[in-house]
Amino acid sequence: MGRLEVLKTYKIYIGGAFPRTESGRTYPLHGKKGDLLANICLSSRKDVRNAVVAARKAFGGWSEKTAFNRGQILYRIAEMMEGRKAQLMEELVAMGFTKVAAEKEVLLSIDRCIYYAGWCDKYQAVVSSVNPVASAHFNFTVAEPTGVVAIIADEKTGLLGLVSLLLPILAGGNTAVVLASQSLAMSSITLAEIIHSSDVPGGVVNILTGDLNELAETFSTHMDINALALSRSTDLKKKIAENCTVNVKRFFSYDKNWADASAQGLHFISDFQEYKTTWHPIEKIGGAGGGY
Amino acid sequence: MSKKTQDIWSYAPAPESSKVVQIKEKYDLYIDGKFVKPSSGKYFKSFNPADEKEICSIAYGNEKDVDLAVKAARKAYNTVWSKLSSAERGKYIFRIARMMQERSRELAVAESIDSGKTIRESRDIDIPLACNHFFYYAGWADKLEEAFPGRKPKSLGVAGQIIPWNFPLLMAAWKIAPALATGNTVVIKPAETTSLTMMILAEIIHEAGLPAGVFNVVSGYGDTGAAIVNHPDVNKIAFTGSTAVGKIIQKALAGTDKKLTLELGGKSANIVFDDAPIDQAVEGIVNGIFFNQGHVCCAGSRLFVQENIAEKVIEKLKFRMASLIVGDPLDKNTDIGAINSKEQFETIQKYLKIGKDEGSEMYQSPCKLPKKGNYMAPTLFMNVAQSNIIAQEEIFGPVLTIQTFRTIDEVIQKANNSPFGLAAGVWSDKGSKVFNVTSQLRAGVVWANTYNKFDPAAPFGGYKESGFGREGGLHGLIPYLKFD
Repeated sequence: MGRLEVLKTYKIYIGGAFPRTESGRTYPLHGKKGDLLANICLSSRKDVRNAVVAARKAFGGWSEKTAFNRGQILYRIAEMMEGRKAQLMEELVAMGFTKVAAEKEVLLSIDRCIYYAGWCDKYQAVVSSVNPVASAHFNFTVAEPTGVVAIIADEKTGLLGLVSLLLPILAGGNTAVVLASQSLAMSSITLAEIIHSSDVPGGVVNILTGDLNELAETFSTHMDINALALSRSTDLKKKIAENCTVNVKRFFSYDKNWADASAQGLHFISDFQEYKTTWHPIEKIGGAGGGY
Repeated sequence: MSKKTQDIWSYAPAPESSKVVQIKEKYDLYIDGKFVKPSSGKYFKSFNPADEKEICSIAYGNEKDVDLAVKAARKAYNTVWSKLSSAERGKYIFRIARMMQERSRELAVAESIDSGKTIRESRDIDIPLACNHFFYYAGWADKLEEAFPGRKPKSLGVAGQIIPWNFPLLMAAWKIAPALATGNTVVIKPAETTSLTMMILAEIIHEAGLPAGVFNVVSGYGDTGAAIVNHPDVNKIAFTGSTAVGKIIQKALAGTDKKLTLELGGKSANIVFDDAPIDQAVEGIVNGIFFNQGHVCCAGSRLFVQENIAEKVIEKLKFRMASLIVGDPLDKNTDIGAINSKEQFETIQKYLKIGKDEGSEMYQSPCKLPKKGNYMAPTLFMNVAQSNIIAQEEIFGPVLTIQTFRTIDEVIQKANNSPFGLAAGVWSDKGSKVFNVTSQLRAGVVWANTYNKFDPAAPFGGYKESGFGREGGLHGLIPYLKFD
């Protein structure tokens, strides 16, 4: 008799804690041979609402961190992922990936974290402007985060699609409420554990598992979610986009192969930015003609 | 202080001559380079809000007319406009800018007659800024690759644009200029109460020799606008107007590939700290809310004054308000013109009643109002609570609510506690405080120690329910482009 393996309970991630869904419901995730991999939380509407409260509370602190500090924290996520490569690959393989595909996905996900970690203190310089107005004003436009962003992750990847959307959204100073891939849910909860140990403040990232059909309405009509990123093909797409109008939610749909080189870029950050133009008078008294 | 400043400073009438503009009896649609009658044969009347007299008749375009305009715009896009070199495209827009400048006096007078805004504002703000917008974006036409290096910007196709009644020509310029500069063709609808300057602009663009179909005007009401929004061959919609209509448009476009820009309502906070230059701040408060009769989406309609200076600021504000002249929009001395329409006048009156019913104290400046026309005195509400309707909903008139605060935290909370996020103002002589507050306000435009300034080079647009997308500046190109 060998040693009996200790199984992990996969819980959801809200406000820096790992509660079970308040509803007490789960759905089973099976391996290739029909073996039970885990009982995954079937999150409820109430879980979504709790997660949005946590994300809103965390928004001020996260958006006001220095860009340099956000970069360090995102880099830390990559470091933590690197250390848990084996676990991430194992989970993907258990959920049906080949070893080669699992390894490719995990390594690409880590590299994508590095890519966006590097953007944190650079995108502002690329997307901002100083505007030469025809009056005595100093006028400039800067990017600011949109706010609380909902992410509906894709069903084709367990890790890469989520990382490819979550990281630019975090790099830009937003906080996120994620509905993870339903069929490949284990990796996203392990990602939550990684994020939890990476100096990301509680509430900045919230990850729920569950059924989009049940939760789409709550995500899309929630008045305190500022933007929604959908990266899943679903019949509900039009309905979700329509619901987003209740509070003029920014809606983005990404139909991407997240393994493509083009699936990363500045625009994944700037999609979740608002532009603020600031005016201030210049007092033109004295100093005129005082050049060299 | 005396409330009788108007008696001390009396002004002789100084009306701008309206002879400079020859208003036609009837204006037709402009489709495919031709001025054409609406397919229904219907026209609607446009009135001067200052004296309620009929000005002219405007063609009422319907779905069929919109379809003709979109077809013309598509054909022009495919056969001419997208084939033209970007430098030549820019030269057309420069030419339009110049021809508008040449006829600016005429445009200013027409704008004041049609919209009720003062000649001082249409002459010094609306029309020059509209011309400058064309001038500014003309120069971008052949520099798009440099604006977005490595991203291969491409035009979208046909842009449908819907214009509000508060800055009729200026808002048209904000939309037409970037659309043409980025290589799109245009189908545009002016607001039904203020079509006149758009009709003159169509004449100018026609005379400028812009290829037929690149620019099309379909005037009409909401149903005309809906026909543009719902036309399957339109690639982009740009809308400026109310948040309620903006949401309807966003919903109509859900599930389609049409790009959308929304510039919607606001309830912008104007914040005065106790270390502000008070007299300048009072000027800024007046300009913030009474500019253009308060028909301004970014109006500083919620005043927040630090508690210890509130009494003094309100006293000075009342004194300053007493010298504001309400009356004939064409008089060069007039500060506040006519409310744009009877409907809007009644909407504002409804809010005044709500404000009083809610228990706020109303003050109106003791000015003389003309006997005829949609005029109202500049109005303050004091003792306003954050939860009052008049402090939450956009009134779109010369009505200011005043609240007080003690700390920075408190005022930022109150200012941001709104579904809107269009603009804000901050008054303080302390630079570090100004930057703290301007960066914490959730609004797309923040004026520090100034208010209601606009420029073609400066991006404008909202956060939250005030819309998305920017107009003006480099950022104003993005909504009219697609990228690889």
